[in-house]
Formats: sequence, C-alpha cells, structure tokens
Amino acid sequence: MSITMKALVLAAAGAACLAASASMAQQAAKIAPERVNEIVKDTWKNPAEGWQSRVDQDETQKVCSETRNQPNAQQSSAILAREKATIVFPADGKVMGDWKKGERVANTGTGGQFSDRPDTYRGGNCYACHQMAAKELSYGTLGPSLLEYGKIRKFKPEEAKEAYAKIYNAQAVQPCSNMPRFGHNKFLSEEQIKDVTAYLFDPESPVNK
Amino acid sequence: MRVLKLTFLAAGLMLGGLGAQAQPADQTEKEIEKYREMIADPMANPAFLNVDRGEALWAQKRGEKNVSLESCDLGEGPGKVDGAYAKLPRYFKDADKVMDLEQRLLWCMEKIQGLDTKDVIKRRFSAPGVISDMEDLVAYIANKSSGMKFAMPLEHAKEKEMFAAGEALFYRRSAVMDFSCATCHSEDGKRIRLQGLPNLGKPGKPAQETMGSWPTYRVSQSQMRTMQHRLWDCYRQMRMPIPDYASDGITALTVYLTKHAEGGELLVPSIKR
Repeated sequence: MSITMKALVLAAAGAACLAASASMAQQAAKIAPERVNEIVKDTWKNPAEGWQSRVDQDETQKVCSETRNQPNAQQSSAILAREKATIVFPADGKVMGDWKKGERVANTGTGGQFSDRPDTYRGGNCYACHQMAAKELSYGTLGPSLLEYGKIRKFKPEEAKEAYAKIYNAQAVQPCSNMPRFGHNKFLSEEQIKDVTAYLFDPESPVNK
Repeated sequence: MRVLKLTFLAAGLMLGGLGAQAQPADQTEKEIEKYREMIADPMANPAFLNVDRGEALWAQKRGEKNVSLESCDLGEGPGKVDGAYAKLPRYFKDADKVMDLEQRLLWCMEKIQGLDTKDVIKRRFSAPGVISDMEDLVAYIANKSSGMKFAMPLEHAKEKEMFAAGEALFYRRSAVMDFSCATCHSEDGKRIRLQGLPNLGKPGKPAQETMGSWPTYRVSQSQMRTMQHRLWDCYRQMRMPIPDYASDGITALTVYLTKHAEGGELLVPSIKR
C-alpha cells in the first residue's frame, strides 16, 4: 500500500470514529438528567443509614459521568484544581510507611461493601487492576503495570511524594482517571496510603525486586 | 451426588488457582477455560431443579384469588411462555411501563393472583434452606427461550427511554470508589486479577455470551442466580448501597445490556463458576 493510500485509509477511519462518537453523544442526549435521577432515586429508595452520600454524585463524578471520562479543557482544569486542594500530606512530611503492610493493602479487596461489617479491614485492592511484584501472577490489567515502580524512578523522594498524592487523589493528577480517590474518599487511612507508597518505593519491596 | 461432584470441581479450581503461582498467565487462563468446559455439562447442572420447581409454581393456584399464573401475559399473550424471555424487558400497556421478567412476575402475582408479594420478595435470593420462588420461575420461563436469539422489541418510546436510562446508569460514577459499570466493562481484553472482563459497552460477542448465559447456576454460591442478583453483586462490589429488587434502575441496565446482546443465543440456565 502506498503512503498516500495509507493516509487516506487512516483519514477515512478517523472520520468513521468521529461519526460514531457523534452518534453516541446523540444517543446519550435522549434522556433528561432529571429523569435519570428519578430512576436512581427509585432504585435506591432507602439506603442504610449514612449511605445516601454514596448514591449522590459530587461535581467531579457528575462531569466524568456526563462526558464519559472525556472532560473538555475547561472541565479538566476545574477538576485538577478542585481535587488537588483535597490532598493532605502527612504532617511530618514522611510519605513512606511499611512496605510489608502495604503489600496487604495492595492484596486485599474487602471492606466498605454492603455485605461487609463496618469494621471489616479495608484494602486498596491494587492487584485487581495493576501488576506490581513480579512474583504475583494474579494481577489485573485495567491500570498500567507498576512493576519496579520505585526502581525505574531511581527511588527519588519527590517521585514517592507524587505517588502518595496519586493514591490519595488520582484525579488531582489525571482528571476522570478510573482510579479511586482513596484518600479523598476516606476509603484508605493516611497510614495505609503511606504503606502502599512504601510498597512501591522501598528498595526492599518485592515490587522492586 | 451432583452437589458432591461440583464441590470437587470447585476445590479443583481453587487448587488450580494456587498452582497458578508457578505457571505463566496464559497457561492459567487455559486451566480456567478447561474448568469452565467441565462445569458446562447440562446433565450436571442443578439449576434444572429450579426449572422443574418453577414449572410447578407457574401452574400452582395461589393468592387471595386462588388462581395460577397461567393467564399472566409475559408479552407474547396470556399464558404464553415459549420465547417470552428472549423479548424481555419490554413495554406492558396494562402497567404502562417497561418491565423485566421479575417485575412482570411480581405484577402478575399481585394483580392476577392477589398475592401479597412481601414474602416472595423477602426470599428473592435463595440461600441454604431458603428456596426462591422468583429464581425458580425465572429458571423455568428463561429455559423456554433457550436456543432462541435475543429479540427485544425496543420500539415503544418508553422502551427507548429505558435504554437511554440504562446507558446513563452504565456510565454513572458514584460512591467511595468512584466506580461505574464502565470502569470495568467498557474496554476489550481487560481483566480483574485473572478474571476476564466482558466489554458490555457495545454490541457484540462479549455482551451476547454474557447475557445469553443468565440465569445461571453459580458453583461458587451453590445457587441458581438471575440478572437481578448479578447486578446486585456488581453494585455491592462498587460499594453502592443495596439496589431495590425489581426496581426501574435494574431494568434500565438490563435493557441496555440486552440490546448489546441482540442476535446472541440464549442457552439457559447455564452453569458458571
């Protein structure tokens, strides 16, 4: 195939993609948000005490839902600013905890479900989506591989601080990221986030072996 | 004996899981596939007990009016069960709303039989020692569409509205993990841990195979389950509160998913991990 032909094929494919996303947007517009809210209300009529806030959306969730995680430039900067403001770093500035405890957080998928007790240990379930230590073969692929995460970043303290921030609130780094905002949503404690940061950055952690 | 056999199979999978540590990932996937084939044998599927019980329950006189469900219209005309499931959810004029099978059955129990459905809803999901009328009826009625292709009408304005609502719900992010259905089910070839995730955000084979295999006997739960339970379980993992049984949100999502399964074949009740 000549270069011109290739270019033409690519352009045609691009146009088809645009047409497809335009028709998707049209389809999405067929129902008023108020009607969707009515259906949501009908589906969760009486949430358990303290759980209504899980049904209601905050501004960031709303924008990410409506735009199918593709916010425009203005929406993106609004999300970045809003979410960045939520990050609380440890008072003593130390973002690294105990990597062994971090491994437990990364491996645990329980906690916070309606089938769990309120005191069930909450994990970050990192392995559900990410490859981490080379020895663990049961990992998901929804997120990027984190193999040798600290080693690749030369164990730089400023990189560890960034990782802490990303775990605390992923959307302060990438608007509408699929990753949960673990710190902001108070799903993991500060100590747990420090432990996961250590799991990624401690040279002794299996992630870097 | 059947149950015993299944227990052995389940134990086999768990062992296979442990063995996975020493094998490459594609080898593990092959082992899981082999296990899926082993449990797909319909002769060893306990869900056919649900089908038999459902058939008897359909003809049983109950409620204040002491009549059976045999005059219930599932969309194909009063009492017509053959092929009805393949066309649900759909709009019902008498109720002036779009209903999935469970919503329709509850409606018929109340209107035709004069049955107080409180107890039926309480037993909506079976458990050791608890039989679910709803699971049994769905098993029976869905089985009467086995071998047929999905053909939901999606013509009435309210059916189209429910599809749009289902799409909105599919992408709706909420709760402490910020998850939506799309977080896990809108890309091809992804997995959670070692479990493959079907892309349900578009028409195609993954949606056809997923929707075409529910209701199903879940070996891990030792119970037959319907789509109502599957979506309840999704929202559980998403950290949402319990969605109401047979509510419009569940039906909207079922419309959206069933549309993406159009042309796919139903083979139900199936059997799964």
